[in-house]
Amino acid sequence: MICRISSCLPGVLLGQAANKNVKEHIVSNKKENQNIVDRIWNFFSSVTLAVIVFSLISVTSIVGTIVEQQAEPERNIKLLAKFFGESLAPTAYRIFDTLGFTNMYRSWWFITLLFVFAANLIICSLDRLPKIWKVVKEPIKPLSPELLNSMPLKREIALKGRPDNARSAVEAALKRIGFKANIRSEDGGLQIYAEKGRYSRLGVYVTHFSIILILIGAVVGIFFGFNASLNLLEGTSSPVAYTRNGKEVPLGFDLRCNDFEVSFYENSDTPKSFKSWLTILENGRPVKINGKEVTEIDVNSPLKYKGIMFYQSSYGFSPSKDSLFKISVTPGSGGKKEEIALRFGESFNIPGTNITGKIADFSPALSMDELGRLFTYAQTMNNPAVFIEFTEGGKLKYRQWILKRYPQTWSIPDGTVEFKDLWGAQYTGLQVRRDPGVWIVYLGCIIMAAGLYAAFFMSHARIWITLKEEKGGAKAIIAASTNKNKIAFEQKIEKLAGGLNG
Amino acid sequence: MDSSHFFGISGIAYILAMVAYIAYLAFKNSTVGVIATTITAIGFVSQTIAFIMRGAEFYDLGQMGIMRAIPLTNLYESLVFFVWCLILGYLVIEWKYKNRSFGAFITPIAGMALAFIDISGMDKNIHPLIPALQSNWLLVHVVLSFIAYATFAISFATGIMYLAITTENKKSGAYIFWTVTFGIFAAVLVAMGIDFLAFKIAARSPEAFIKSYLFKATFRNDSGIIAFLSYCGAAAFVFLVWRYGLALKKLIESFSISKDILDDLTYKSIAVGFPIYTLGGLIFGAIWADQAWGKYWSWDPKETWSLITWFVYAFYIHARFLRGWRGNKIAIVAVVGFISTIFTYLGVNLLLSGLHSYGGG
Repeated sequence: MICRISSCLPGVLLGQAANKNVKEHIVSNKKENQNIVDRIWNFFSSVTLAVIVFSLISVTSIVGTIVEQQAEPERNIKLLAKFFGESLAPTAYRIFDTLGFTNMYRSWWFITLLFVFAANLIICSLDRLPKIWKVVKEPIKPLSPELLNSMPLKREIALKGRPDNARSAVEAALKRIGFKANIRSEDGGLQIYAEKGRYSRLGVYVTHFSIILILIGAVVGIFFGFNASLNLLEGTSSPVAYTRNGKEVPLGFDLRCNDFEVSFYENSDTPKSFKSWLTILENGRPVKINGKEVTEIDVNSPLKYKGIMFYQSSYGFSPSKDSLFKISVTPGSGGKKEEIALRFGESFNIPGTNITGKIADFSPALSMDELGRLFTYAQTMNNPAVFIEFTEGGKLKYRQWILKRYPQTWSIPDGTVEFKDLWGAQYTGLQVRRDPGVWIVYLGCIIMAAGLYAAFFMSHARIWITLKEEKGGAKAIIAASTNKNKIAFEQKIEKLAGGLNG
Repeated sequence: MDSSHFFGISGIAYILAMVAYIAYLAFKNSTVGVIATTITAIGFVSQTIAFIMRGAEFYDLGQMGIMRAIPLTNLYESLVFFVWCLILGYLVIEWKYKNRSFGAFITPIAGMALAFIDISGMDKNIHPLIPALQSNWLLVHVVLSFIAYATFAISFATGIMYLAITTENKKSGAYIFWTVTFGIFAAVLVAMGIDFLAFKIAARSPEAFIKSYLFKATFRNDSGIIAFLSYCGAAAFVFLVWRYGLALKKLIESFSISKDILDDLTYKSIAVGFPIYTLGGLIFGAIWADQAWGKYWSWDPKETWSLITWFVYAFYIHARFLRGWRGNKIAIVAVVGFISTIFTYLGVNLLLSGLHSYGGG
């Protein structure tokens, strides 16, 4: 943990404390005639600035979550009417829009705030780093009795035997609590000292550094990458994707959607998965990826090609005259199953009979109300169904709804008709991204995890044990300090003392 | 026996444990104390078994592997898991601090929460996962976020208790702050309880509940009069908390809890919760978003609010160590942090829309 300046001075700077006081005096004299660079430095290194920037980012972010970002003006005017009333809402919207609140996270002033935050973080850290670095660089040293006396934790234990004999016992006891002993002889005895987790003091700086790294990764991504989307109808291909402003981004190759399918959990409209089957085309020729021309992607597994990622993000329904109904027909007389693809209004023949089926109606999501009337309840293919009229010799024999998701609707008096798909009617919604900065962000995340662990779950603990000869034996004086988690450390010292007693 | 039986056992155990803890505080008899701890531990083990069994049921239904069988996908499951984390946190505190006084506060909350979940008829059915949630990151992201939420909840409770025993002047800012916060917090909980009881069958999914039913029985009632009366009732309740807030001070003092322990606990909870939250909530969330949507950060309201929460706790830590903030000031920051957490958890789903809308809290 970052240590509180006032309280950690004696702990951190031991020995140099007196020296430091003199230095600080000089620094404070300097303050009166500091130049412009010092002033800028002091401005950015102040905790007050950090607090102001934290608060500004928070407060503006809150506004940004309430005002809908990049939405139609009407939506936000409606929203603002709740706060300002109908008459003032359009004016309020204009003010918000001018200030950039409707696309806030990309506005110049919000990005400036983030940069000030980064500058503040860097300079605050640099400002405090030298002091900590000094401690981290220098290993533990034996200390004078006065300094040992000022340690927060102290114990005195009487030992049997002379100091030289007690030495191995102390070493063993230190080893038991995970410390490696250093030894120096002094007049009248020994000083044994040990420390652990010295480098954990850098955890704070590592964490701060990782935040900077993540911000750098984000900037690299913004400047050298793009974020776009692409809706591809089954059977079509595209050489470009579109940014949110509608700008075309060339991919450098063509992407084709061969097929799209959404499947649902049984008896439910909760989608279980949605998948696209994509093909990359270079100069019109399919490219093999992992040995396959067609790559299947779904929501949590994207396609990557030449640094561009394609994520499955949404889907939609847009049927046309050319959409194909894919059905398979098995005659009741035991003939072979036949796969058929046909357009709306076209007819097919049941093999081995004179019966013709004609696609007369279609619903992407068929349902029935309480009175038994059929209706379409959604404009996506939640429950696709075709209505087929069967005729023999021009005379209507029977007609039937056939539902893709319900096999019990597939059987007809003269065989089985399975409705497999309406192809060329659904489009896949892809998120298209190139982000050369993403690995920097990931690296930053890993470093942050390490830094946080060091900063919060490790501590720099130090123990000094002075062994002195006394009549009939030796006396051990334990002095110890830690920069955090004092309670657990105290228990360790108790264990150490107990180990020496026994 | 299925998972709900074990949930039942743990609910009863927590309520029995509360009785034992109060008896322990009254008689200071160490045997009673051990009994109280044992009952709590039994409840905890039973809840753990229940949790694993529900995971197994989920596993059978989803058929998507162990990493995706984590039963944490709706409000019912997340509340149960929250109680589990709370009890775990308490047991750790009891063991580390060798202090059983908090048991009398924590076990009734846990017991009542489980009992309430049971009687409210909250939707306990297991729902399958939608595609965006079908990821191995679900487990780590959600579990770590909830552990962090639980530690923040503990810091909130100890922060409020700290403010309660250090303030006496009813006109001081700190006293008004804690009584009003605590009053609103309790009033909102009661209002939510009324909603659950009123609409227990109507609300088919947690998402539907939050969008259509939350506060519909009270503050957002279709009848203006009931809504108005609800606001009046809440205001009167907050006033009563303010008027009689000193009673809480006496109560806490009678449990021999000192302000130093409370301050230390507030800090410790945040020191454990903050790194977990950063890693599990923000970093893992970002990695998952990157893999599912192709954007590690999109300023979606839930993300933005979790960043705001993160700022508040980062501020807590820096104010404590760089500025040496102690006492009421720092306790207020801890309380504000949890208010922001609650909003991240529930408020965003209720009031704002975005990619996380399916989370159900």
